[in-house]
Amino acid sequence: MSAARDLLFKGGRLIDPSSGLDGIGDLLVRDGKIESVGGAIAAPADATVIDCAGQVVSPGFIDVHAHLREPGREDVETIATGARSAAAGGFTAVCAMPNTDPVTDNQAAVGFVLKQGKAANAARVYPIGAISIGEKGERLAEFGEMVGAGAIAVSDDGKPVVSAQLMRTALEYARTFGIPVADHCEDPTLAEGGAMNEGLVSARLGLKGIPSEAEEIMAIRDILLARRTGGHVHLCHMSTRGSVELIRWGKDRNIRVTAEVCPHHLSLTEDEVEGYNTHAKMNPPLRSQDDVEALQQAVKDGTIDVIATDHAPHHYDEKEREFADAPNGIVGFETALAVNITWLVKPGIISVATLIDKMSCAPAKLFHLPGGSLRRGGAADITVFDPTREWKVEPSRFFTKGRNTPYTGRTLTGLVACTVVDGRIVHTVKG
Amino acid sequence: MTAPLGKDLLGLEQLTAGQINLILDTAVPLKEISERTIKKVPTLRGATIVNLFFEASTRTRISFEFAEKRMSADTVNVASAGSSVSKGETLVDTARNLEAMRIDMVVIRHPASGAAQFLAERIESNVINAGDGTHEHPTQGLLDLLTLRDHFGALAGKRVCLCGDVLHSRVARSNIWGLTKLGVEVAVCGPRSLLPNAIEDMGVKVFDRIEAAIEWADALNVLRLQLERMQAGYIPSLREYNRVFGVTRERLERAPRDVLILHPGPMNRGVEIDSDVADGPHSVILNQVTNGVAIRMAVLYLLSGNTPQLAEAAKGSA
Repeated sequence: MSAARDLLFKGGRLIDPSSGLDGIGDLLVRDGKIESVGGAIAAPADATVIDCAGQVVSPGFIDVHAHLREPGREDVETIATGARSAAAGGFTAVCAMPNTDPVTDNQAAVGFVLKQGKAANAARVYPIGAISIGEKGERLAEFGEMVGAGAIAVSDDGKPVVSAQLMRTALEYARTFGIPVADHCEDPTLAEGGAMNEGLVSARLGLKGIPSEAEEIMAIRDILLARRTGGHVHLCHMSTRGSVELIRWGKDRNIRVTAEVCPHHLSLTEDEVEGYNTHAKMNPPLRSQDDVEALQQAVKDGTIDVIATDHAPHHYDEKEREFADAPNGIVGFETALAVNITWLVKPGIISVATLIDKMSCAPAKLFHLPGGSLRRGGAADITVFDPTREWKVEPSRFFTKGRNTPYTGRTLTGLVACTVVDGRIVHTVKG
Repeated sequence: MTAPLGKDLLGLEQLTAGQINLILDTAVPLKEISERTIKKVPTLRGATIVNLFFEASTRTRISFEFAEKRMSADTVNVASAGSSVSKGETLVDTARNLEAMRIDMVVIRHPASGAAQFLAERIESNVINAGDGTHEHPTQGLLDLLTLRDHFGALAGKRVCLCGDVLHSRVARSNIWGLTKLGVEVAVCGPRSLLPNAIEDMGVKVFDRIEAAIEWADALNVLRLQLERMQAGYIPSLREYNRVFGVTRERLERAPRDVLILHPGPMNRGVEIDSDVADGPHSVILNQVTNGVAIRMAVLYLLSGNTPQLAEAAKGSA
């Protein structure tokens, strides 16, 4: 196998919060590693030179929460199309949730996801194993064997871990392997039959609401169990002000709780559901403006560690139906950066560096993944983006098979120019 | 010519007070048609109307059918249990197939909130919402308004309380919008477990006790308590519901004024309403049913592109 050509990123703004780097300079990649960073670097012979003037050169984004649908629903996404879509969104690695069919709850299934991920030759794909066999919430899956096969965390995402005892055991057992337990916080009795946030809009539209407390009750339960067990609980897709306050309470007491938020919960409110728009249907649901503002502040002050997409493709026909019957979820890879820039960076809530921390450095650190840094000698997983370039969301141009997004037709700011994984260009935009 | 109501009637939330009054005013002369020996006018001759019912309904379906037939429309009834998902064919495919047969209007009753709007956005025909999930039932709201107006004359400043399961009631939502737009003071009364959490934000007053509601109100619109609400655990028993929230003669007799009684039907006698109230001197429950046909004739008439000024002429053209 011949080595890939050297890549020289010329004249970009190098930002790496993990090493405190922020300045104009060059970056050289050789043999899948970052060879040198900063200052002016002369182009080696045969190097591919990428002009990065006006662009940000960042450690590649890492998404700790994605649904790639394979195996089981290859009609809506495959690991290959998902990994390609992720690359288009500037992600150099994505973590695949295990709620596929069959569920990723054993070492063979973990191996399958890894194999398909390698074959995709785009963003890296890391499997997340199930907490319980079949995500049934009854018996623990074999964490040890799954980790041995390449799983980097466990989660029953899509479903909450209803049994507090099972959650306790999972947090304890996961300590052996040093992996986070990621929970989808939802009290199923409060959320049952719910289609959107409970509030005035749900009352008006005659749709069954999901109260904030359905999430918050489980969030505090998990935080308390993390306190009891010393395990690392990672709270998925937080959506309410109350959850933010509970996480802050836990962090103030040095409990090992980390949390993620999705771009849609940082940008949109329940008002998007108006007119029974199924592209605004997801779980947890879009909440109120007050919740959005609390989440934005929580990203700023560090209460929320990570921004993750919860990328969830669905078939067009599944969304083209009565609201209550439509499935939950939207695609997220290809709009994540621009949504975050448009709603967080542009209004001055956070800096580009903080955004990079939330999308790259923090996920790498919390989930113990390679990347998330521009340090010399590290893996050459790099994203180049233009933080000021505007573009219009046209789902027909997406790389994902999914077209289900509430951002259709909107003009967003921030465009990925080039994504590099392991020293190879996996996505680039011309012009 | 712009249609006075637009293409569809999906709910009262989107209508202006002017549009609501127009429908009520149009219904008044049309009432007389049903009192004739030959109950038919040619107004909608040649128009094809499909009554698409995805949920069991007797009263509303018959009422629409009479309204259509008395205006000489050709009608087809399609009844199908359950939502499109359980049925196999999607709602949009059902609609497109109907439209391919060149129809003019669809009257739809569906268990999913928003189904009428979903359909209306995807077909050219006029769509009339005959009840969508727990969202709206606009023709029921309109016939309630007409019945109240018949009795009170001017509605502004009157006080109407909706009693019972507001949470699951499309009738309640249509009433809240219609009544508030016409300047009526609206309250709701029922167990909090059957009221939407955000009900006060919809601009209505809330009574926890039926006695207080009766003392306040000029009229009560008593909602049907569906038996499955008890099974789902929203209330402990029908017996206790009647004891705490039942509209009874004893309670009404303590009211400072005569309270008009409406009920959208079908009634659970002895649960939300006692028989001597339902059949009593202040009940206008059967007037509601009569008005239902006239309201639906008015809606069909206005949506079919006719101008309100012609309503009188339509009446005379038998």
